[in-house]
Amino acid sequence: MFHWLEKRPFFFAVAVFVVISFAGLIEILPNFAQASQPLVGTKPYSTLELAGRHVYIKNDCNGCHSQLIRPFKAETDRYGHYSLSGEYAYDRPFLWGSKRTGPDLMRVGNYRTTDWHENHMKDPVGVVPGSIMPAYPWMFKNTADIDTAYAEQITVNKVFKTPYNQEIPMADGSKATVKLAATLDEAHADALEEAKAIAADMKDQDVKDAVAAGQIPEIVALIAYMNSMK
Amino acid sequence: MENRPLEYDYTVAKWFMLTTVVLGIVGMLVGVILAWEMAFPAVNTFAGSGLAEYTNFSRLRPLHTDAVIFGFTLSGIWATWYYIGQRVLKVSMAESKFLMFMGKLHFGLYLLVVVAVVVSLLLGISTGKEYAEFEWPIDIAVVVVWVIWGMSIFGLIGIRREKSLYISIWYYIATFLGIAMLYLFNNMEIPTYFASGGIGAWYHSVSMYSGTNDALVQWWYGHNAVAFGFTVPIVAMIYYFLPKESGQAVYSYKLSLLAFWGLMFVYLWAGGHHLIYSTVPDWMQTMGSVFSVVLILPSWGSAINMLLTMKGEWQQVAASPLIKFMVLASTFYMFSTLEGPIQAIKSVNALAHFTDWIVGHVHDGVLGWVAFMIMAALFHMAPRVFKREIYSKSLMNTQFWIQTLGVVLYFTSMWIAGITQGMMWRAHDEFGNLAYSFIDTVAVLHPYFTIRAVGGTLYLVGMFLFAFNMYKTMTSARRVEESELQNASPMGA
Repeated sequence: MFHWLEKRPFFFAVAVFVVISFAGLIEILPNFAQASQPLVGTKPYSTLELAGRHVYIKNDCNGCHSQLIRPFKAETDRYGHYSLSGEYAYDRPFLWGSKRTGPDLMRVGNYRTTDWHENHMKDPVGVVPGSIMPAYPWMFKNTADIDTAYAEQITVNKVFKTPYNQEIPMADGSKATVKLAATLDEAHADALEEAKAIAADMKDQDVKDAVAAGQIPEIVALIAYMNSMK
Repeated sequence: MENRPLEYDYTVAKWFMLTTVVLGIVGMLVGVILAWEMAFPAVNTFAGSGLAEYTNFSRLRPLHTDAVIFGFTLSGIWATWYYIGQRVLKVSMAESKFLMFMGKLHFGLYLLVVVAVVVSLLLGISTGKEYAEFEWPIDIAVVVVWVIWGMSIFGLIGIRREKSLYISIWYYIATFLGIAMLYLFNNMEIPTYFASGGIGAWYHSVSMYSGTNDALVQWWYGHNAVAFGFTVPIVAMIYYFLPKESGQAVYSYKLSLLAFWGLMFVYLWAGGHHLIYSTVPDWMQTMGSVFSVVLILPSWGSAINMLLTMKGEWQQVAASPLIKFMVLASTFYMFSTLEGPIQAIKSVNALAHFTDWIVGHVHDGVLGWVAFMIMAALFHMAPRVFKREIYSKSLMNTQFWIQTLGVVLYFTSMWIAGITQGMMWRAHDEFGNLAYSFIDTVAVLHPYFTIRAVGGTLYLVGMFLFAFNMYKTMTSARRVEESELQNASPMGA
């Protein structure tokens, strides 16, 4: 049979394809619909948070920081409750990472503050002596891309039915709603409101001035995202 | 009818040989910079604080991985394809104007993609998925390049004189199909600019999969990009070049059959070992773990088949640096494919995952196996392609030992670093509190990061020796006759 195949490139290629497709069909497909169900209390990202998530990806933070807490005592002691599948339902892409050069950030919003992040992103060693993380001064100068974040919100709402402008059940029985702005201008205005609340807790005068002038520096968006990670 | 051997046309092979060398140096240079940045964070601003955004670890890291995978390795795969393909199918590229044109187009488009990738990664334009960072416009270009390569493979096969496909061809076909399937499914994404009616960055996209599903598809891709980029085509190379260079027949046809079909079936299952103790269902994690261990069989099948091909001819290892490169590559392949399954065992993975041990594993595979084999392939091809002997045998030997030392320093330091960090993360004191803060587990790694950077630097020095040797071979080494090119490659002192 193999000698026969080796003289017939077409059937050879078909045979290879069948053999290599097997695993994907059996491992990936069956679980597909089920694994993307959100947990009670899991909300989609606001425009500013999503813009911050883009800053996170742009600077490959996931190259050194995981967002996946494994079910071991050492990990739950250090980072909080272990990760559950539904918590990632609105993460496109997932950002679990594959290397912990720095600590896990899955629930960093529970134990770090705006003020801490501001100091740390400017001068990591000043906050954590011995840290090998580089400083990110450009995040205080570059402007966050609210337009693209808004475009992504529209896309996921339209294509994947991500529940914006809908009541979402919270763990304590209450309801929450994440707004999807009707227009780009409104999205900017909403993001700016959120940014102002964060800038109020910051010290950097350039950032405060920028937000007062209606600009949102990348660092503000990033901190909004960090604070949302709980 | 005139009865003389076929004149193969190596134009496209030569071009890809050039990009193999250049992108190899670029990718590894960036890697060395990253290694020094981890050992001494001040290196992050080596080009001044104004350019720090483009020289710090986080921007350069995807550039390093992608330059080595899609630059160096892929160029090496294509350089060898445009060489081996003609020879084992007994047909010349020059016989078909169409295939010649497609080959040149293949190279040209590939160069454009390389430029687009470098620029976009430096700007931080990324989908955020490892080894699949390219945004949709580049993905489309990649698919076009891939289809052109497919046309070259099946076009050349279509006009072949030798009816039976040699083992290497099996592996090239598998590379083509495997990567095509993986790349397409993992990069399913929706451009937000069009979906939102023209808002935001035109190149931005959002993944079709979310959370756990995205992770599953990504590691099915990520793991098997290793399979079909770093294993399958490299096995294609060794099956051709080792028998050719040594003048020995492949040890066992049956073993090569078993290893090929075994590898095809088993490899894809093993992706789940990247997701052990994550939120993917337990049975998938177990499948990933079990199949990783089974994977030792087909992997060692190929490696042992290659080592036994040298049976009775081991003196060649001492005599020829080219054989040394290939035998060491094969040995590192065995080593790496034993280490991987060990790391995939659940209890070992609990310790090793997220640590530098994984980084060490990748590098003993890529530096010891993939890069050694690709360089050996280029060394063997050079005299046949340029009709000159290899410029310097002693330079080859020097390169071999410098790089071997580099790899050994690399993986040993990363073993210690990874296991140390993994143990420290989980250590508790007698009251059940964590024994170390995270920063303690970083500070302790400094000496190992430094050793790793030294190892990487040695390897890079070897790359420069390689480039120099190739350049001299191309331009000024002694010219050789066809009769000198039967088996062992001619080498100058």
